[in-house]
Amino acid sequence: MPRPELQAPPEIFFNESEARKYTTSSRIIEIQAKIAERAYELLALPDDGVPRLLLDIGCGSGLSGETLSEKGHHWIGLDVSPSMLDVALEREVDGDVMLADMGQGLGLRPGSIDGAISISAVQWLCYADKSAHQPRLRLKAFFATLYRCLARGARAVLQIYAENIHQHEMIMSYAMRSGFAGGMVVDWPHSSKARKAYLVLTCGSTSSISSLPKGKGVDGEACSDGDDSEDEENHTDTVCMSEQNRARKKMKITKNVKGKEWVLKKKQQMRNRECAVPPDTKYTARKRKSRF
Amino acid sequence: MRLLTHNMLSCNIKGVTNGYPLTIEASKWMAKEVDFNGDFLRNIFVKIEWKVLIEAAKVMGYTDLPVEVDSSMLNSDEFLQKFHHALLEIHVEEGALICPETGRKFPVHKGIPNMLLNEDEV
Repeated sequence: MPRPELQAPPEIFFNESEARKYTTSSRIIEIQAKIAERAYELLALPDDGVPRLLLDIGCGSGLSGETLSEKGHHWIGLDVSPSMLDVALEREVDGDVMLADMGQGLGLRPGSIDGAISISAVQWLCYADKSAHQPRLRLKAFFATLYRCLARGARAVLQIYAENIHQHEMIMSYAMRSGFAGGMVVDWPHSSKARKAYLVLTCGSTSSISSLPKGKGVDGEACSDGDDSEDEENHTDTVCMSEQNRARKKMKITKNVKGKEWVLKKKQQMRNRECAVPPDTKYTARKRKSRF
Repeated sequence: MRLLTHNMLSCNIKGVTNGYPLTIEASKWMAKEVDFNGDFLRNIFVKIEWKVLIEAAKVMGYTDLPVEVDSSMLNSDEFLQKFHHALLEIHVEEGALICPETGRKFPVHKGIPNMLLNEDEV
């Protein structure tokens, strides 16, 4: 099953049935909620109990927005899929949602937003869904308008599912070009399943970015898949990109492709596919003389 | 869509320099109760374009907001209540947002404004 981004544009991929999953699947809800919590943590808003006005880019069904509401903030969400926004309406989210395409630029007044999060959305900009789309222009428009609408000293935390390192770099370079400072924080870099990348961007003050938190699970501590144990370290180095290849090297080829069991299994699979398969007899996968 | 959001929205069409504020045309609106928080109001007050808020509230029939404001009024609870109501409790359900420069209408349906631009507007 290829990535969602390769299957269809987001407004089509997130149709009614896909959007349903975001109300019914507890697994999806749990994962998204966890990511939203972590993104909020990385947003590092001052702990003064004052509600802020935040932006949720690619808010979808409002799951991540609910995290923001729980923390007491007001938020504006935007998403390109009408079905997902319908789900948000059903859930009666506290924030205002709007149907908008982030690649067309954010139509918000300069300095109006105190912080922005985005969960699993920005990578969609890298794919040209229409002939009129040019990913580079869309990324540029998005980051430029994001920088403009954020107040000075505000942060943007974008959790992305980049397909490869080229996309990571493309997204980061357009962010930097728009004037943002910041870097990538990667949680669980050695696990291909639990790995999450957060692009943490600040505008204005440079001092706040010198203490980018360390990603979780960097010190080789064990992580049970899909489960982030709480790791409250705050070191100054971020994780470098070469770590993501570690998972591959650990994979060994353990499949045994020659046994009788395997042959019988394969024949059964072919029968299920309605191909003409000779019947299994005592001669099937019998050990032949070596010169065969 | 609350007036807080409307206060921040501007028209994004290419070439438009005067895309703020968007005029509200509302055929259906309602008031929903929201928890009052003085700290938030005091914080957001500096960012709000007051004239825009008054005009928008007027469209929905709410005319209690004072025309001239200054930060000393933030100490008055009565003012904060009115501010809170106008900013957070009035919801536009059906209608449109109109760009002041091009006249382009962005429809609002079920409280969700459709800000998608056509290909020639990007």
